Amino acid sequence: MTDTIAPLPLNDWHVAQGARMVPFAGYSMPIQYEGIMAEHLWTRANAGLFDVSHMGQLNLVGDGAAEALEAIVPGAMTTLKPGKIRYTLLLNDKGGILDDLMVTNAAKHLYLVVNGATKHDDIAYMQANLPETVTLVHRTDDALLALQGPKAVTAFARLVPGAAELYFMESGPFEWGGVPLGVSRSGYTGEDGFEISVPAAHVQKLADALLAMDEVKPVGLGARDSLRLEAGLPLYGHDLTPETLPVEADLSFALSKARRETGNFAGAAQVLAQYPDKAMRKRVGLAIEGRQPVREGAEVVDHDGAVIGMVTSGGFSPTLERPIAMAYIPADLAIPGTTISLRQRNKIIASTVTTMPFVPNGYHRRPKSA
Amino acid sequence: MSLYFTEEHEWILVEGDIATVGITDHAQEQLGDVVFVEVPDEGKQFDKGDEAAVVESVKAASDVYSPVSGDVIEGNEALADDPSLVNSDPEGEGWFFKLTLSDTSELEDLMSASDYKTYLKTL
Repeated sequence: MTDTIAPLPLNDWHVAQGARMVPFAGYSMPIQYEGIMAEHLWTRANAGLFDVSHMGQLNLVGDGAAEALEAIVPGAMTTLKPGKIRYTLLLNDKGGILDDLMVTNAAKHLYLVVNGATKHDDIAYMQANLPETVTLVHRTDDALLALQGPKAVTAFARLVPGAAELYFMESGPFEWGGVPLGVSRSGYTGEDGFEISVPAAHVQKLADALLAMDEVKPVGLGARDSLRLEAGLPLYGHDLTPETLPVEADLSFALSKARRETGNFAGAAQVLAQYPDKAMRKRVGLAIEGRQPVREGAEVVDHDGAVIGMVTSGGFSPTLERPIAMAYIPADLAIPGTTISLRQRNKIIASTVTTMPFVPNGYHRRPKSA
Repeated sequence: MSLYFTEEHEWILVEGDIATVGITDHAQEQLGDVVFVEVPDEGKQFDKGDEAAVVESVKAASDVYSPVSGDVIEGNEALADDPSLVNSDPEGEGWFFKLTLSDTSELEDLMSASDYKTYLKTL
């Protein structure tokens, strides 16, 4: 990652919409427009438009791309069907999480979306671990928008009717007025919605067309964070780090059965040693007592005040109107209903282990076939 | 009755030897949606610069320092139930605490409304 702050393709558009811009992942990004609370609640009720062009969009091209990727992720990639998306983890040789990512089988290649702050390291790591027959293409000419919320489908179908046919975690190529779009029914808010890859040269036109609709308002990074927290989704660099293993991170669903059985992925020994319930600590959701938010870095303490864990994300839930958090706590305490003491700035705050998501998700899942 | 301001974006309304302290409209705008405020209890004694209150928005926590020395006579309890008063009426209903000034000469170091307005333009 470089230290210079680069503008994203929609930079001027954000400023024109009244955004407050902040440096994030090496880019100048909109943290908020009218306010985090209003934008958050708008997304839960309508449709929020997010610019996530800072994220890395990569194509993995060539024979054996899926096999090659499987060497460094624990999910099944060779059996991922065309048009399907899978969440997976980039692992180092100790099983530590280098990034979390979405992988789409785009028929001719695999399409990967990785975190903005880690994308350059991810690319270097993947290139060092890929055979010569597989090429990694960083799609730097493409922007990425997310349209999220219960009314996202109504709004987006006006531009791209066919996209309404997609179910959660499905993807396909579409066209809008001659502009090619890669559309995925996925997101990072817990809501139904789309992530739309669009050539940077056309992103402003698309953003304007979406924003012209009554259902749509622009939403910044601030609400993106509070929405994903309510949805129980971990944030890389905070809830997941290279020192975090998948099982303790409560991401065992990303270890597919076949891959667990063969155990042929980076760090498999360390990862599988924790599976299914042998991790010493676990990422959990916490409902915080009172109104004061407990933030990342607050300590989990026992009755004697000894540190036994750490809060990795925390804030105020606009939907629940109370503070919520994610923390790593000893696995034997990771049972919903257990009372957990937190220490923040020398103040002890009570909390309760809670199942996640904190707020029910609204994914448009494919009905189970009869 | 005189109104003073600090570079830390607090306002201080002085009536006799009683000062009411809050944060400015600029401060609340920078903080964004306020979700929690902890105000000091009656009887607390502050030297100028002491940590006096905590204000938390959706995105971050900030400390409020006492801009003057004195003894707290009241914290604004309404903020416990409705912290958004800090956003909606920062220089009125959203006040933080009142104290009895122990050294009125400290007021000389504070800014007037017009000084503060000029100061904001330099930010």
